Amino acid sequence: MDELIGILEGLHPDVDFEHTAGLIDDGILDSFDIISLVAEIDNVFDVQIPASEIVPENFNSAQAQHDLVERLSDS
Amino acid sequence: MSRHQETATPVPRRLRCAIYTRKSSEEGLDMEFNSLDAQRESCEAYVASQRSEGFAAIRERYDDGGHSGGTLERPALQQLLADIRDGHIDTDPAYVVFTSGSTGVPKGVVACHRSVLDYIETFSEVLRLDASTVFGMQVPLYFDACLKEVYPTLKFGATTYIIPKSLFMFPVKLVAFLNDHQVNTLCWVVSALTMISAFGTLDTVVPHTLRLIAFGSEVMPIKQLKCWRKALPEARFVNLYGPTEATGMSCYYEVDRDFADDEPIPIGRPFRNTAILLLGPDNRPARPGETGEICIRGTALTMGYYKAFEKTAEVFVQNPLNKAYPELIYRTGDLARLNGRGELVFVSRKDYQIKHMGHRIELGEIEAGANALDAVRMAGCIYDAQESKIVLFYVGDLEPGALLTALRDRLPRYMLPNQTERLDQLPLTSNAKIDRVALTLLHEQMKKEKQHG
Repeated sequence: MDELIGILEGLHPDVDFEHTAGLIDDGILDSFDIISLVAEIDNVFDVQIPASEIVPENFNSAQAQHDLVERLSDS
Repeated sequence: MSRHQETATPVPRRLRCAIYTRKSSEEGLDMEFNSLDAQRESCEAYVASQRSEGFAAIRERYDDGGHSGGTLERPALQQLLADIRDGHIDTDPAYVVFTSGSTGVPKGVVACHRSVLDYIETFSEVLRLDASTVFGMQVPLYFDACLKEVYPTLKFGATTYIIPKSLFMFPVKLVAFLNDHQVNTLCWVVSALTMISAFGTLDTVVPHTLRLIAFGSEVMPIKQLKCWRKALPEARFVNLYGPTEATGMSCYYEVDRDFADDEPIPIGRPFRNTAILLLGPDNRPARPGETGEICIRGTALTMGYYKAFEKTAEVFVQNPLNKAYPELIYRTGDLARLNGRGELVFVSRKDYQIKHMGHRIELGEIEAGANALDAVRMAGCIYDAQESKIVLFYVGDLEPGALLTALRDRLPRYMLPNQTERLDQLPLTSNAKIDRVALTLLHEQMKKEKQHG
């Protein structure tokens, strides 16, 4: 989780990602961020997120992203 | 878009305002409300309220009492349009679009009607656009790239769907949008297309109504092009190239063969009524295979930069091959060569301008933004094209996070560095300029170290 928060903070140093939900709904993350994020998650966790999983629900909070990474690395 | 600062003494201007009034039926034209007189009165009041802006109503009346708004065949309207056209020439500006400038001040490119008309005519011809064209529009309306959708749509009575920006985060939803609206034509920046293909989206969903995919602004990776062609074997794929200074796209290449992964996709040949000169360093035409600067000739040339005569004169120059009469060419700063098939192939930039996510950016402008911060003593920026990353190195008293936050207020979103690295000092060249080559090597080294943990 810390590593993921680290990646997110690299994108938006001013956001408290541990306690913020609605990253997509509230427009905190934009398309540039999602693309960087998917690439970084691949780099750091060696997890390739398939297109079908790149949906708002999976990116709305750090927790949701963490769950996604966990789920994909288990399978 | 931004505006240059006004000069110290603002030029007084008078904006002549015509007032047009209309009412569908003859009935009640004499009433006090909604009569033509009442419409005119309220318009006059508005114009008067803008007197400080130079608004002034003209005396001519353009009244269409008893004419439906459903048709343009209205006598007063036609008269008004004729009167407006009467004073128009096609070298008047149609728009000014601002692009990144190396000193931190954006450059305003002034395009005239003639260039836009010429561009849309030849562009539509090559892409074979017509009334059945359904565009899915990706580029924002503040970007000159939107001409490609806006004007052909008006010209042919075609259809354009403006795609919500948020969909470009979610490839499967984006493809669903294209399918729902039966979009058949895309003119997108490369990164928007690769956003779909790079995530393997096309293995799950296919935008099967597409018949034409045009792309530009960056070099299309062959791997991604292959994914698209595999998914849509019947569709046409067109690579576009052109600078804002020549109104839009200047060259095109319709994909007609397979490419190896490391082979560059050509930018092809110029549109009709546009000519390309490849000039070597000594201003002589480059020989086949030799690299030269792409210089553009023709009606497509814009008027130059807004309130920047010197900047304009640097790149809108006399054609060095023409010693007989004045003839301007635009020096793009892009280097290219002709391949064995006589197609133009883009090689690189000759300066520090980059293309990132479809946006044209001067690395110098990012550096200028960082240098403008008190806590930053020195900044140097490079671009990692392979990973599409803007990397900013700096010397200063603030953390990388704080620097990024501060830059958010100064730079447009697409210009924000994707990586910021603080150094004790920046490598300098013998001319005491920031050594970008050394920074690039440093970046490569840091990447390797990261990979090996």
